[in-house]
Amino acid sequence: MSTQKIATRDGFGEEIVALGEKNKNIYVVDVDIGKSCKTSNFAKTFPGQHINVGIAEQSAAGMAAGLATTGKIPYVVTYAVFGSLRMCEMIRQQICYPNLNVKIACSHGGLTPANDGASHQSIEDMGVLRTLPNMTVIMPADYYAAQKLVAASAEYCGPCYLRFTRDAIPVIYDENTEFTIGKAHLVQDGNNVAIIANGDTVCLAIKAAKSLQEQGVSARVLDIHTIKPLDEEAVRRCIEEIGAIVTVEDHNILNGLGSAVCEVAADMGRGIVKRIGVQDQYGMSAPYERLMAMNGITVENIVATAKSIVPAHSR
Amino acid sequence: MKNTSVEKLQEIARDLRKKVVTMVYKAQSGHPGGSLSAADFVTAVYFREMNIDPQNPNWTDRDRFVLSKGHVCPIQYAALATLGYFDLEVLDTLRQEGSILQGHPDMKRCPGIDISTGSLGQGFACGVGMAIAAKNDNKDYRVFVVLGDGECQEGEIWEAAQIANKYKLDNVIVFVDDNNLQIDGTCDEVMPNVHLGRKFEAFGFDMYEIDGNNMEQIVATLDLARAVKNGKPKCIFAHTVKGKGVSYMENSCAWHGTAPNDKEYEKAMAELNGGVA
Repeated sequence: MSTQKIATRDGFGEEIVALGEKNKNIYVVDVDIGKSCKTSNFAKTFPGQHINVGIAEQSAAGMAAGLATTGKIPYVVTYAVFGSLRMCEMIRQQICYPNLNVKIACSHGGLTPANDGASHQSIEDMGVLRTLPNMTVIMPADYYAAQKLVAASAEYCGPCYLRFTRDAIPVIYDENTEFTIGKAHLVQDGNNVAIIANGDTVCLAIKAAKSLQEQGVSARVLDIHTIKPLDEEAVRRCIEEIGAIVTVEDHNILNGLGSAVCEVAADMGRGIVKRIGVQDQYGMSAPYERLMAMNGITVENIVATAKSIVPAHSR
Repeated sequence: MKNTSVEKLQEIARDLRKKVVTMVYKAQSGHPGGSLSAADFVTAVYFREMNIDPQNPNWTDRDRFVLSKGHVCPIQYAALATLGYFDLEVLDTLRQEGSILQGHPDMKRCPGIDISTGSLGQGFACGVGMAIAAKNDNKDYRVFVVLGDGECQEGEIWEAAQIANKYKLDNVIVFVDDNNLQIDGTCDEVMPNVHLGRKFEAFGFDMYEIDGNNMEQIVATLDLARAVKNGKPKCIFAHTVKGKGVSYMENSCAWHGTAPNDKEYEKAMAELNGGVA
C-alpha cells in the first residue's frame, strides 16, 4: 500500500473524460454538483455530451432513461444519498424495470462526507439499490480501481450504481491491476480467516491482515467491489476453505456487503460471519476516522473480531 | 404526418373507444375513464401526426409517444393494434398472465411502447431525454407526451418542464388531459391545479388551450404546433370529459378504474355504435 491518498471520485472524474473521448454516446447528467463530483472537465471538454438539469434529481434519472432509449450511455452524477434515495423510484420504474443502460455515479459514499453531517452521509444506498432487479452495485477501493471499474461499467450494458468517496483514501493498487464487475479481487491469500471488505475499508482490512500475520494468524483479504452481482463462488470458497469470515464496510450493517455474504453462508448452512459496519445509526459532523471508530470500523476491531472466530487449533 | 381527414379521425376515435370498453370489459379490469377522455387526441397523434412505422417499431428516427399517465394504456393499445403493431386479437389478453399488454405499458414486452410508464409523474422526463437526444443528433423526430391533470400534482413534472425550456425542446408536444377528475374526487377538491395551462406558459412553453374532445380543434392545433420552430416546447392544454362517449361514465370518478358488467357493457357499446362523436 502506498502512502499516497486520492479520493475515488477523482478516479471517476478522470476516467469519464477518457470514456467521453472514445465514445460520443457517453453522456454526463449533472444536478448542479458537477464540481464536487468531478465532472467539470467532462463538461468543459464535451459540452455536447453534457446536460445539467439543476437541483432536480428525479428528472435527472428519468431524463437519463429517455436518453438511454436512443442509444446514449448516460452517467447521472450526484451524491450517494441523493443518487440512491431521492431518485430511488425513478431508478426502479424508469431504469431498472425496463433494464436501460443508465449509470448512477455517486460521490460522497458512506461516512466520507464526514463534516457535512448525517444528511450528506450515505449509509443505506448500496443496500437499497441491491434489492432492485437488474441493478449492479459497485464500490471501488481506490483511485485505480475506480478508473478501471468506471471503464468496465461503460462496457457493461445495463443499470449500474457506482459509489465513490469524497475524502482521499489510500492508494492500494496500481494502473496494472485488473478488475472485473462481479468478480472479487483477491488482495492476499490466507487460511485462518477471511476478511471481506469493499471501498474505503479495504485498506483497513489490509492493515488488519498485517497485524494478524504478526500474531500468527493468516488472513485472506478479498475486495468485493461489486456487491451485486455478488461473487458467490469467492465467498463459498472462503467458507469451504476457511470457515471464518469478517466483513467490513462503510455502510449500514443491514443489507450491505455483510448481509450479502451472510446470505451465501446461510444458503450453505455453514461458516461463521461477523459483520463490521455502521451500527444502524446515523452519523454526525465529526472527523471521518472518529465516525468510523464510533461504529467499530477500525483496524483494531477487525483484528479482535477475526481472532474471536479463528478456530482455536489454527491460532 | 399523414393527411387523415377530421371525419376519418372521428370514425377511428369511435372505433378505438369501442375497443377500450371491450378490452376492459373482457379483462374485468383496467381504466376506462381516462382512456376515453384522451381518445380523440391520441387518435389524432397516432393516425395523422406521428412519423412511425408499425412494421419497424424501433426505427431510430421515429416520432416517440410517451404515455406518462400510463394507466390509460387501453387507448394506446387500441391504437397500436389498429395500426398493426400486433394482432387485434391480442387486445383480448389485456392484463392476463403472459400478455404483452401489461396493466401499465411495458416497453420490453409490447412493440410500439417507447418507454415503460405507470408511476405517475415520471414519463415526461423520459420524453425530455428522448427530445434532447434528437436535438443533439440533429434528427427531426418529435416526442408526444400525454400527462393527466391530476398527474401534474407530481413535482417531477415541473422538473421536466424546466429541462424542456432550458434545452429549447420545440420537438416536445405535451398534451394535458384536463378532465378535472382523479381517484378521490375532482382535481379542484383533491388538489386544485390553479391555472395549470398558464403554469406551462410560465415554464416557457407555447400553450394552446382547446376542447380536447373536438377533433377539428385538435387537428388545427397540431398543425399550428408543427409549424412553430421557435425553440419553445409546446403544451396542448386539452379540456376533456372523463369517460367521454359513454353517458354513464362521463364526468364520474367511479369509472376511473372500474370495468363494466354485462349490462353496462351492452349499453356502452350501443351508445358508441349509435354515433357519439
